[in-house]
Amino acid sequence: MHWIEYLRPSTLDECLDAFAEHGANARGLAGGTDLLVQMRAGRRTNAVVIDLKAVPELNELSCDSASGLTLGAAVPCYRIYGDRAVCELYPGLIDSVSMIGGTQIQGRASVGGNLCNASPSADVIPALIALRATCLIASADGRRTVPVEDFCTAPGRNVMRHSEVLVSLHLPPPGPGSGAAYLRFIPRNEMDIAVAGAGVSVVLDGGTFTAARVGLAAVAPTPLLVREAGEALCGCRVSRAALEAAGEAARAAASPISDMRGTAEYRRNLCAVLTRRALETAVNRAGGVLD
Amino acid sequence: MSSIHVQTTINGDAAEFLCEPRQSLLEALRDILRLTGTKEGCNDGNCGACTVEMDGRIVPACLVLGAEAEGAEILTVEGIARGGALDAVQRAFLEGAALQCGVCTPGFIVAAKALLDLNADPTEAEIRLWLANNLCRCTGYDKIVRSVQAAAANRREEAAT
Repeated sequence: MHWIEYLRPSTLDECLDAFAEHGANARGLAGGTDLLVQMRAGRRTNAVVIDLKAVPELNELSCDSASGLTLGAAVPCYRIYGDRAVCELYPGLIDSVSMIGGTQIQGRASVGGNLCNASPSADVIPALIALRATCLIASADGRRTVPVEDFCTAPGRNVMRHSEVLVSLHLPPPGPGSGAAYLRFIPRNEMDIAVAGAGVSVVLDGGTFTAARVGLAAVAPTPLLVREAGEALCGCRVSRAALEAAGEAARAAASPISDMRGTAEYRRNLCAVLTRRALETAVNRAGGVLD
Repeated sequence: MSSIHVQTTINGDAAEFLCEPRQSLLEALRDILRLTGTKEGCNDGNCGACTVEMDGRIVPACLVLGAEAEGAEILTVEGIARGGALDAVQRAFLEGAALQCGVCTPGFIVAAKALLDLNADPTEAEIRLWLANNLCRCTGYDKIVRSVQAAAANRREEAAT
């Protein structure tokens, strides 16, 4: 690996000052499971690595049914699925963080890092899209909030300027009748990258969908919010026919490429199937029954 | 171009070292501290040969910077045996012939012990999922899984007596 300077700020102000000073030369380090691999491969050449894990705001994990989930950007996966309140309120997020890499990777990798790395196949992003997450971004000049579906701009690229840091994600509390799920397809049981993935959330009231969101992974240059799939469900009876229609909307929204993991046609089919199956799980978790 | 002075705890003992900012914890352990039990396999987080425990959680030492060990508690394969007596996982790997070339073994031992510390009676599926981040190109895994099951049974028996 090229020579680097290692900084470990212990407050958010120090951290933001470091990014203001080093700009494009700096890269934030959370779990390192993408960054260190990319640096060794020569794909990133940042001279300054700013370790984010000593900054309290980036380590925060607070969750309750009144205010929702505030998830510091550097919190590793194992802390998320080790938290009883998160498991209870956000099973769709738990689906995704418990399938990233393996046990050792989950000991390091963070949701914030997965998001900033902005891979089209990132497992957490469709779940975050489905769960209406917002990103709190800070710099020495101020703060702004970005909906997670607007965060990624291209493979490996996101909306943040060089002076900015992703501080935390906020997920609103799930209301009554809510359910969510994330499902991906890989040709093996674990330790692989999604051929396609679907994150969904639903809100049910008396056997009818009153809200629904569908996010897709690995079928476009960025993770995708499929508004048409949510709209196809809203106002419909909770039925297999409704799930089929949402799956078809997801198929139509996908614009995948063909690569070593699968052909474009195969991925479009997966979008329909994964969306339908993830919705089945979400309906079950919401306490609903399919007609 | 200065080195970083790191103070940490390794296998229960205070330790300190000087490392370059770019050096991984794996390099610090092997090349600086000469704790060569931890192995380098892929050096990108896939194979698990460099698995160590850091603050009670298993991590790939190749994806941790040496500088990040400051103030941490590290457990390597050298710290698994206590007072000259092998741990139940190590005994089971020997008795069950759960190793051939041995390069993956330290990572499997550290990872398997961490599983049994959390779950005294894991199912075969739980063992295989927990160890999915550890690759072995010799054994075909069955002997490893059976040895972890045997170690779990031995630990439960020891705890009961």
